[in-house]
Amino acid sequence: MTMNSVAKKQNNSSILMRIVKNQCFIPLAALFILIIFNLVADPTFFQILLEKNSAGNNVLNGPLITILDNGSELAILAIGMTLVTAASGGQDISVGAAVAIAGSVILRVISGGETYPETLHSPVIVAFLVCVVVAMLFGAFNGILVAFFKIQPMIATLILYTAGRSIAAWINNNELPVINEPSFAYYGTYIPGIPIPTPFFIMVICVVIIALLLKFTNLRLYTEAVGINESSSRLNGLNPAFIKVMSFVILGVCVAVVGLIKVSRFSTINYSVIAKDIEMDAILAVALGGNALSGGKFNMVASIIGAYVIQFLITTLYRFNVQSDALPAYKAVVIIILVVISAPSVKEWFSGLTKKLMKKEVA
Amino acid sequence: MNDNVVLKMRNIHKSFPGVRALQAVDFTLRKGEIHALMGENGAGKSTLIKVLTGVYTKDEGNIFLDGKEKAVAIHSPQDAQNLGISTVYQEITLCPNLSVAENMFIGRTKGIGQNWRKMNADTEKILKSLEIPAKATQQLETCSIAVQQMIAIARAVDMDCKVLILDEPTSSLDEQEVEKLFTLMRNLRAKGVGIIFVTHFLDQVYEVCDRITVMRDGQLVGEYEIKDLPRVQLVSKMLGKELDDMSDIKGEQQAYEREEGAVPVLEAKGLVSDAGIKPFDFHIDKGEVNGFTGLLGSGRSECVRAIFGADRILGGKVKMKGKDVKISKPLDAMKNGIAYLPEDRKVDGIVGDLSVRDNIILAQQVLRGFFRPFSKAEANKIADEYIKLLSIKTASADTPIKSLSGGNQQKVIVARWLFTHPEYLILDEPTRGIDVGTKVDIQKLVLKLASEGMSVTFISSEMDEMLRTCSRLVVMRDRKMVGQLSGDDLNQNKVMSTIAGGENDDE
Amino acid sequence: MSQNKTAVSGSFRDKVRNLSDTNLLLTITIVAFFLMYIGAVLFQGEGFLKPQSFFNILNSQAALIVLACGLTLVMINGSIDISVGGVTALVSMCCAVYLDFHGGNLVVSLLIALGIGLAFGIFQGFLVAYLDIQPFIVTLAGMFFARGMTTIVNTKPFNVAHEGFNELKMTRVKIPGLGSTNRIGVYVDAYVEIGVVVALLIVIALFCVLRWTKLGRSFYAVGGNKQSALMLGINVKRTKFIAHLMCGLLAGIGGYIYFLHVGSGSATHAVGAEMDAIASSIIGGTMLTGGVGNIVGTLFGVMSLGTIQNIVASAGLDEAWWIGITRAAMLCLFLVIQSLVVVRKKKSKG
Repeated sequence: MTMNSVAKKQNNSSILMRIVKNQCFIPLAALFILIIFNLVADPTFFQILLEKNSAGNNVLNGPLITILDNGSELAILAIGMTLVTAASGGQDISVGAAVAIAGSVILRVISGGETYPETLHSPVIVAFLVCVVVAMLFGAFNGILVAFFKIQPMIATLILYTAGRSIAAWINNNELPVINEPSFAYYGTYIPGIPIPTPFFIMVICVVIIALLLKFTNLRLYTEAVGINESSSRLNGLNPAFIKVMSFVILGVCVAVVGLIKVSRFSTINYSVIAKDIEMDAILAVALGGNALSGGKFNMVASIIGAYVIQFLITTLYRFNVQSDALPAYKAVVIIILVVISAPSVKEWFSGLTKKLMKKEVA
Repeated sequence: MNDNVVLKMRNIHKSFPGVRALQAVDFTLRKGEIHALMGENGAGKSTLIKVLTGVYTKDEGNIFLDGKEKAVAIHSPQDAQNLGISTVYQEITLCPNLSVAENMFIGRTKGIGQNWRKMNADTEKILKSLEIPAKATQQLETCSIAVQQMIAIARAVDMDCKVLILDEPTSSLDEQEVEKLFTLMRNLRAKGVGIIFVTHFLDQVYEVCDRITVMRDGQLVGEYEIKDLPRVQLVSKMLGKELDDMSDIKGEQQAYEREEGAVPVLEAKGLVSDAGIKPFDFHIDKGEVNGFTGLLGSGRSECVRAIFGADRILGGKVKMKGKDVKISKPLDAMKNGIAYLPEDRKVDGIVGDLSVRDNIILAQQVLRGFFRPFSKAEANKIADEYIKLLSIKTASADTPIKSLSGGNQQKVIVARWLFTHPEYLILDEPTRGIDVGTKVDIQKLVLKLASEGMSVTFISSEMDEMLRTCSRLVVMRDRKMVGQLSGDDLNQNKVMSTIAGGENDDE
Repeated sequence: MSQNKTAVSGSFRDKVRNLSDTNLLLTITIVAFFLMYIGAVLFQGEGFLKPQSFFNILNSQAALIVLACGLTLVMINGSIDISVGGVTALVSMCCAVYLDFHGGNLVVSLLIALGIGLAFGIFQGFLVAYLDIQPFIVTLAGMFFARGMTTIVNTKPFNVAHEGFNELKMTRVKIPGLGSTNRIGVYVDAYVEIGVVVALLIVIALFCVLRWTKLGRSFYAVGGNKQSALMLGINVKRTKFIAHLMCGLLAGIGGYIYFLHVGSGSATHAVGAEMDAIASSIIGGTMLTGGVGNIVGTLFGVMSLGTIQNIVASAGLDEAWWIGITRAAMLCLFLVIQSLVVVRKKKSKG
């Protein structure tokens, strides 16, 4: 080979290396695999139809739209979960229960205590704000357990996980209020005249907000520093405990948003079913996005892509008539593969293997 | 061969990539002797111990035990233990939730079952014979640290050890506890055990040891009997400075003159933190360079950490430029214009996964506040400026700091604090692990900053550096401030004798 | 120097101070249980004083006792396993399917249960002990996998019709002398189900293991301080692996007892059982941080939870969510007690 072609080869491989090394590569690769799989197995997966829905509006329908719709909820949670993971090196398993509480609060404020209210007892915006405050308080509760009592995040959030749904039911006296007002359903379904599901737009708003925060404040620097080296961060003037609590509070806001979407989608609530297992999906989204579950640097875009990929997986499985109760098994396999690959001893073994293979190539 | 010798290490060599940790080191330990092993940073004493205990394998040399002709092979901690070499570390390696008796025997008994009665009885016997104030059935955690240490020693001794290595056993003990420990050690000595006492506490060495081995830079300096080695000589051997070398290095430092009635930039009275130093007073003037000197572990870092609010402050008053200030956490200190470069850059300094650029702007960024981040362009400009100023070798400003060499990492941290434009800059071992050229640059930088009005505290294990740059030296010994030297006293002899302290006839 | 020997004076305070953590927590647990039982009696009236009421609690909690024992072992080690509920459901479903759809025999069904439990234990143990992956994530995946597989094995819940099985299910181990007269005046012997006997045997066996075997003591050592245990010559990886293996096996056994008690297979079996098992252990004096725990306490912890369930049910309160709240409250309470014990330790250094 001439010198030029060798240099070219090296150049090409370095572009390839750059793509592979980018954190978004893993979720995109997973997405790619899923797309190919569906193309081969059932191309109608990609059909999008314009139909009339139950509210009489013209809306887009199809598996891809479902992914966009439900995946947006997951993406919003993934934003908060990414921050919590980055700052505290652990995960919050209470988000499902917290969403139940959030949704319950909204219904309570709007229904004013009646099970079948004729009118909205207060504007949705007020209900939402109350819900945000409540969710932030629960977030702070978790954050304080983690930051000040030094309890492992997964264990600390176990308490809310256990009690959350009961608290949610208690808020409405165990009743299941049903909101009949059509405008209430806009947030979780469709706004008349707009064929794309509203949750998608809500997600966009959330992403814009977090993007602005990341760009115009030191959120990223502080969070990553605390997650990477708490002691060093302290000596640079940061307050690690406060930052950790804040990350949980931000997750609380995300929970509130998802709570609104969920109860708006169904116009009612089912305390044991709402947001079931969503915590696992959120953790998966963060992990699939290549973020270290032990904290530190994070890539928000990768988490969001990861969220949609998880949703893609779920929707694909549903299309193949996998029962919703059976889904967890598939998710479990994905989790195990991800954590095993990122285990230090496995990584070492891998890199040792790659070195041997590289040696052979050069020689 | 001397009957009395229980351990002989001869011509030990050990190297790591790029570092010769041990060169032709000899070490001898006799039965029934307490033998101190001393040396400053990089002296090689911990490497020697690790070779002896099987954590490292030596490259060359021989180890003889018990006066036997044939050398022994030690390839693992288990080997060392089987040969009767036991180690007790600074951190208690026992299980706090188990009872004293269990800790004594766990991992040593054969068979599946656990015979509580025998275990408790045997333990009581051992505790009694060594006069350790504990009960066999007591939970280990309820014993004080000193007693826990004694139990760890008792376990080592019970395993028929001939050589007992005590690695910094007194670091977390108070005076009374140290006395208890020494009684036990004398007890063991009387029984014929050979004890290697690794420590940096001068006074303790003179109180309990029979012999001292001094190492420096990976080589053996010498082995001495305590009664033949006055303190000042010990210090001089450890630091590698000859007493007879009459070179009083006055140095190139600007003759610093205190203005009349000048208000010190920082003044601390009775400052004490939870890090274990005795309360101290301290002051520094504008444009002054001062240093903290003393042996490793004498409390230098703890003092400056207290000034910076890095440890929990238990008492004392601090004034900056005459005004009372409250410094209870690093941010307080930073807001008052104090900067601190920590001693242990890996643990306290670098934020490993973050880029060089982020590491440089971090402290100043925190001072600016949450809502005023530097733009990418600004940050890059700043980073490039300091990379050039300090000749930091890095692929780019984006490189994660953990992939830089130790010396370059240090430069990044220096850049970080310079960027905060402090009034008072504390540098704790800034030249550790840096190439010679940059060491000089940093010292020149310190003098330049001082001439521009910055107050600097400069801590270094290299006496030369401090004598060259500081106009005043605070001397620490065994966690207490024992003296302040300035002017004509700033020479090696005076410094070393102040560090050594002790009886005045120990010339 | 002998003055420093910790003297045990007669006063109550000193006695309390000298109790080791394990014993102190155990005492609190037992006292709490008796208080609760008395509360139940006061609440439910005389009927509750019948011995059979006590045995009924045992009957309904037998499976949980076994599961909680497994959790206790793992928690003493400083680890955790939240897959046990899922494994229980999977075991029930697989055995149910085997017995009814494949006309199997009882012994094999038991082996299936043990095999499933063991498989989970080995896989999870390997990942935690040898690959050093966080136990929570591994066993969370395990739980998800077990739950999912339960539905995949058979989508619909159903009752087992197998004759031999139902005979075994209805077998009553009579306890002489503690019977009572029922409403129509017939004397009925007090009884417990077979599962209870098995559960109690396991409790005794594990008690012996934890107290009198080196393996048991190494659990405590590893949970107390992993580094130290390593330096003291204990094979930490193997110890952790065995702990998870035993927990998995116990989940298999507990799963079979559960199966025997409910007589059916369903995807919603034992939902939340792992949390109950953890709560029982914590109430029984096992510390989340590891190194402290005891089987007797766990037994009382399970009984406490069972008693509360009983009170709640008979008070006519809405079971589902009241139980959730009380569980969380008890968990919180005992976590607080545990942290107080830690504080007490820090204050009194002999």
